[in-house]
Amino acid sequence: MGPARIGLVVNPIAGIGGRVGLKGSDGDEVVRRALELGAVPAAGARTVRALERLRSVEAPFDLLVAPGPMGEEAARAAGLDARVVGELAGTETTAADTRRIATAMVEGEGVDLLLFAGGDGTAADVLAAVGPSAPVLGIPAGVKIHSAAFAVSPEAAGVLAGAVARGEQIRFAEAEVLDLDEDAFRRGEIAPRLLGYLRVPQEPRLVQARKAPSPAGEAVMTQAIAADVVERMEPGRAYVLGPGSTVRAIAERLGVPKTLVGVDVVRDGRLVAADASEDAILAALGDGPASIVVTPIGGQGFVFGRGNQQIGPRVLRAVGRERVIVVATQWKLASLAGTPLRVDTGDPEVDAEVAGHVLVTTGYRDRAAYRIEA
Amino acid sequence: MSEPHGTWPIGPKPPLRRFHQARWDEPVIFELSQPGARGVLPPAVEPEIREVVGDPAAALPPSVRRERPPALPELPQLHVVRHYARLSQENLGVDLNVDVGQGTCTMKYSPKVNDQLARNPKVADAHPLQDPSTTQGILEIMWRLEQMLTAISGLDRVTLQPGAGSAAIYTNVSMIRAYHASRGEGAVRDQIITTIFSHPSNGACAKTAGYEVITLYPDADGYPDLDALRAAVSERTAALLITNPEDTGIFNPRIDEFVRVVHEAGGLCSYDQANANGILGITRAREAGFDLCHFNLHKTFSTPHACGGPAAGACGVTEELAPFLPTPTVERDADGTFFLDHDRPRSIGKIRPWYGVVPNIVRAYAWIMSLGAEGLREVAEIAVLNNNYLMRKVLEIRGVAAPYASGKRRIEQVRYSWEELARETGVGSEDLGLRAADFGTHYWTSHHPWVVPEPMTLEPTESYSKADLDEYAAILAHVAEEARTDPELVRTAPHASAVHRDDHEPLDDPERWAVTWRAYRRKAGLDG
Repeated sequence: MGPARIGLVVNPIAGIGGRVGLKGSDGDEVVRRALELGAVPAAGARTVRALERLRSVEAPFDLLVAPGPMGEEAARAAGLDARVVGELAGTETTAADTRRIATAMVEGEGVDLLLFAGGDGTAADVLAAVGPSAPVLGIPAGVKIHSAAFAVSPEAAGVLAGAVARGEQIRFAEAEVLDLDEDAFRRGEIAPRLLGYLRVPQEPRLVQARKAPSPAGEAVMTQAIAADVVERMEPGRAYVLGPGSTVRAIAERLGVPKTLVGVDVVRDGRLVAADASEDAILAALGDGPASIVVTPIGGQGFVFGRGNQQIGPRVLRAVGRERVIVVATQWKLASLAGTPLRVDTGDPEVDAEVAGHVLVTTGYRDRAAYRIEA
Repeated sequence: MSEPHGTWPIGPKPPLRRFHQARWDEPVIFELSQPGARGVLPPAVEPEIREVVGDPAAALPPSVRRERPPALPELPQLHVVRHYARLSQENLGVDLNVDVGQGTCTMKYSPKVNDQLARNPKVADAHPLQDPSTTQGILEIMWRLEQMLTAISGLDRVTLQPGAGSAAIYTNVSMIRAYHASRGEGAVRDQIITTIFSHPSNGACAKTAGYEVITLYPDADGYPDLDALRAAVSERTAALLITNPEDTGIFNPRIDEFVRVVHEAGGLCSYDQANANGILGITRAREAGFDLCHFNLHKTFSTPHACGGPAAGACGVTEELAPFLPTPTVERDADGTFFLDHDRPRSIGKIRPWYGVVPNIVRAYAWIMSLGAEGLREVAEIAVLNNNYLMRKVLEIRGVAAPYASGKRRIEQVRYSWEELARETGVGSEDLGLRAADFGTHYWTSHHPWVVPEPMTLEPTESYSKADLDEYAAILAHVAEEARTDPELVRTAPHASAVHRDDHEPLDDPERWAVTWRAYRRKAGLDG
């Protein structure tokens, strides 16, 4: 086995809007306006901060970078030798460049970790290019960072990449990629979308040293949750299954297919609606008894209103708060670092109804009394 | 780094201790085994004696006879001594370093004189099957220690049988189960409630005993959440198992209300007093309304932790729960004779062989006797003072915080967070704790749950001097500064220890974890 391969793709215009009070940098118009307002691209500088941490790793590794402002310049500024992969299509960098070069890094070069610098939009491009199983990690450099695929800081990203370079045992987990424009969402123009999951290394604090054996790994915990929920399922009752791998494990235990980023409905162990809209969910429920099974978004804690907006106010009114089963591994709750779970369906009345303490299913016959805030 | 030796006059000591651990590359003792080697070769038994005694093994009933000899390592005595002496050098411990970093464990000094008492042949050579008329002294010590612990807890009866804190919690859960069963509610009351910063053993023991476990997360102010408790209690509530102060060092100011809410729902309340070191002689389980409690004699009462046991736990209960105590109990006749009462029909039975870990019971008794009631309160006061002094010193370091109930003082320990430093430098708490080993100490981060980011749990106890605490804080300040100036040095620490980094992954993997050599060989596929 040769030295580890670390790939790097920078979205050089990520974060450019934030410095001048614009929301995000999606679209050419925003970028032009930002530059006119005097914005200096920060993504490169933040990438250099990550690479400086990576540079101090006392282990040989190969750094593969996208050309020019998309990685090469940051590597040079950080004093790292790097091999350039791919080329730019034109004079200005585009999302297509990100996708094409990310694919080349993962499929052509087989990198052990692909670092990408940017925001939610960049994460979406990387997801589209490399899918849910390639090892990747975001260097936070954008204005909008709602996705869970980013390290907490550029330095933390550099350290995690260094751990990969050293060949350390690292736990990887699925992290949500969200497409969410908060302002547009507030105005009711755009609903947040859960685009899918990237496979990212977890913060080392989640694999701490211990004086006692730790709880079981993520997969075992997820299966324990599924066992608990399936055991509680009642005949004739419909179960609305929200997105995410924790809920998917429940469908797997039932032996029914599950849309990873969509909402499905099952009854008596059979799928009755797949990838359903709010209307389709309501139709599937009919007048019969129903429950909702959801898992919060990692790191953010949204139970409703982010990534599962199909389970909207009408569905929640129809089913009732008492019939909401929130499932989450203890690690996911830990990732909230004491902040409450949140609900934001767009209907304040329903939000107030859902708020309060909920018994989150965290394992087999294991509950956490956790508060939800509207 | 080298410094001149033999200078005259002797120069000043460095402000930070330059520690270097021995490294022996010592194999596991099973790997040192040489078939046929023996440590001691006893002389052959003379024929006359053999003739009189016959075959000594014949005295053993067939059910306990081995068919094959045990797979023990075979070594000469010198090799055994050398092996363990080497391992002892690849270690840190309370006799070597400022051991305040093992928070929640109450690493206080165990006075050596108490070891001498425990090693006294009258204690060490006694056999539990001796006639009680020949063990009156040991029974009296157990009886007197029980009286002391009832006074310290305010509860009515105590058992010393559990061999550890978790065993004590499990004992309490067993008594809770027996209590509800005796009232015909055993099947209905199938939930036990605990808090996220209580010792995880509470949830684990309840789960092991078959209960559904509800864990309360803190409220917005960082205190145990009373509204969460109200949402959790029901006719299914068997009990609340709660540590106070919690592992964050935060004392629950509404502990009596917690007890009241659970009692109103028909549940019992069990007080995990593993963190009692800061409240000895100040508050008691009785006044907070608890039905049961437990102490860790190996924490609060100075007896050794023994690296996984046996330690010693003690459970206290109210008169109402006393019939369920493990059997036997130590009782005193009207004439002052001590005896063991095995005739206890409602007892949960035995939780471990015999009556308790006697050497530790003797040590705890001696420790309490050496202090007296006022001394115990002084222990608590100094432990709290030491902790808050150290907290003040630690919080002067850039990048560290004491989250939850921020700005408030702590009782006897603090769970700190290096989150800010980790965000700024990428160097996490585990790295800092390992780098501290290069200066002859260490700290422990946290056990499950990892709710506090980048945690560090320090508990200075009453045993350490101001100079000790200053030295410890100086090491932390130095290491935190290194995280900013030379992060890779910290990330790759320790640099002067026998073992540098180990892989935790197998500890999470049932296919690989192993607590015995035999299990390891089987799981690693080494036996063909």
